[in-house]
Amino acid sequence: MKAVDTLQTQEAAEHPMESILRMDRIPHIWCSTCGIGTAVTAFAEALKKSTIPLEKVTVVSGIGCTGRVAGYIKLDSFHSTHGRAIPFATGLKLANPELKVVVFSGDGDISGIGGNHLIHAARRNMDLTVLCVNNFIYAMTGGQVAATTPLSANTSTSPYGNFEQPFNLCHLAESCGAVYVARWTALHVRRLARSMSEAMNKKGFSFIEIICPCSTLYARRNRLGSGLDLMKFYHDNSVIKHGADTRELEIEYQKKIVVGKFVDRERPSFMDAYNTWMRGRLKEKFVEHGGPQC
Amino acid sequence: MKADPKGVLTGEHYLDGDHACSEGAIAAGVRFVAGYPITPSTEVAERISERFPEVGGIFIQMEDEMGSMAAIIGAAWGGTKSLTVTSGPGFSLMMENIGLATMLETPCVVINVQRGGPSTGLPTLPGQADMMQARWGSHGDYEIIAVSPNSPQECFEMVIKAVNLSEQYRVPVMVMTDECVGHMTEKVVIPPADQIELYPRRYTKLPPGEYLPYRVGKDMVPEMVKAGDGYKIHVTGLTHDERGYPDMNWQMQEKLVRRLVDKIRLHEDDLLDIEEMQMDDAEIVIFSYGISSRVSIPALQKARREGIKVGLLRPIICWPFPEKKIRQLAEKMKAFVVVEMNYGQLYYEVERCACGKAKTILVPHGGGWVHDPEDIYQAIKEAAK
Repeated sequence: MKAVDTLQTQEAAEHPMESILRMDRIPHIWCSTCGIGTAVTAFAEALKKSTIPLEKVTVVSGIGCTGRVAGYIKLDSFHSTHGRAIPFATGLKLANPELKVVVFSGDGDISGIGGNHLIHAARRNMDLTVLCVNNFIYAMTGGQVAATTPLSANTSTSPYGNFEQPFNLCHLAESCGAVYVARWTALHVRRLARSMSEAMNKKGFSFIEIICPCSTLYARRNRLGSGLDLMKFYHDNSVIKHGADTRELEIEYQKKIVVGKFVDRERPSFMDAYNTWMRGRLKEKFVEHGGPQC
Repeated sequence: MKADPKGVLTGEHYLDGDHACSEGAIAAGVRFVAGYPITPSTEVAERISERFPEVGGIFIQMEDEMGSMAAIIGAAWGGTKSLTVTSGPGFSLMMENIGLATMLETPCVVINVQRGGPSTGLPTLPGQADMMQARWGSHGDYEIIAVSPNSPQECFEMVIKAVNLSEQYRVPVMVMTDECVGHMTEKVVIPPADQIELYPRRYTKLPPGEYLPYRVGKDMVPEMVKAGDGYKIHVTGLTHDERGYPDMNWQMQEKLVRRLVDKIRLHEDDLLDIEEMQMDDAEIVIFSYGISSRVSIPALQKARREGIKVGLLRPIICWPFPEKKIRQLAEKMKAFVVVEMNYGQLYYEVERCACGKAKTILVPHGGGWVHDPEDIYQAIKEAAK
């Protein structure tokens, strides 16, 4: 009898992430064993430990499976168009530099259709944190080949295997000027959460690639087993190598995955560079943009 | 509320239409502009980039027009009035995110200095062939507001009006100028700031917890909040309910999309802005806007000298279309002569509203140059037969 009581009490207890999640939108749409939920948990963990006031944190997503993250996070959250999460976030950040703006979206959204915005936001060192879930596939539309699909992997639009060279996202982000670059898998939950905290506290453009299992499409088409099998694969094949040369971070089909924090450097952010430059040029005529103006 | 005097260059100036647009934007309180260079609109961005650091504004030259449009939507939700400026090819690239602005009900302004198209067309020469694209260029069903200035003075005034209407109706507003108006230089009188009326953003007074992002009252326009105010809102381009949460079924689609359409269509009377010239005794109406309306004046004068009773009706707000006005005029007028730099865009609206009760004659032009007033005169003569 006592055991039943305890169980009921537990059921009535709050979900540990209730302060961060929109509980009125649960259950979410993600498949069981999808890695996006794990990435969201790590993000919620990072937010709970963060000293940044939650009302100043804003999440912007694009379109796709990860694009749905904005809808489940209980913060000011924006579900924008395919590929345009980064420029949307750019406008938001520049309108109110007090905001901590986090872009949470997928590999197709950020590096495929939105690749141009990724490279330019990194170049400008726009003060944004980009969390890019990489599941190697366009999952929302049923599993098509992506700019991140490893060579030879099978997808619904590469039925004979992918022959295109995929992006090395961490190398791309570093080359374009990101000041913080890391990669983790959905298995590395604690390290991922810590990395997210670091990225959010870093001024300038920070980028984290999160390798996630997609059991419904990527694993099934490639006969890689269940989501759990993919997690086992990450366990056996990921190598932590902080400070690794990002040129060596290419992901080959079912080969080892190098994870870690690769870049952590200083460079003036867009807003800092703008203010310093304009004050130098215009002297007392310069009026700093002081946040929301209407 | 009144304009902030710090941004307003009160006095008489000699400005081209593009620069007048920039001054209108600053006077209207726009403090975020994102854009990508494109002829013949670039001068708007150039002047903004020079002026903004002195008035606390941020200009960013984006990597493309898709990014520019997305950035101004983000900036609006961040609490800053925002605007972008482009011409035909860039306008095409903005279309998807113009749909997003419509769906999220984001106040923002897009200036299109029209050039000849399609495709790259005539980059340095005028056109007026993006009028239907301004109305419905993005996918799905919706309504926007579009204004069409015909002088640098009006560029200044219409950008302010566009910003105000975007705030009032929470809709993207298009300023449809053209290369001629954009590049012609004329006297522009900028009034003192206390004579420039601005429509304040419709921020809610409700506290978090009671506020719903898409609950509306009688005027069908929801109240707004900005990111960072503690409301923890969610907004999405998916079909959504009053909470802003996705709710994808035909019932919600009917409720939401009908409201997006009706909040403009049912305010047609409030959104009527036309200029009339010699209409008192007119039997024939020239219907024209932008630069074409000015080219029509010599034709009107010539016809008047010959005793033809012709007047000019110029829609300053083109969308929503002044439907009732055209229907009323069709009852008593002999004919409409529609002068526009395309092969029939607003013409078909005039024809539809005239309902066969008055003759409708199109004086088309493919763009690249303005109409020959003689062609307009000949059309008036034909209408008078």
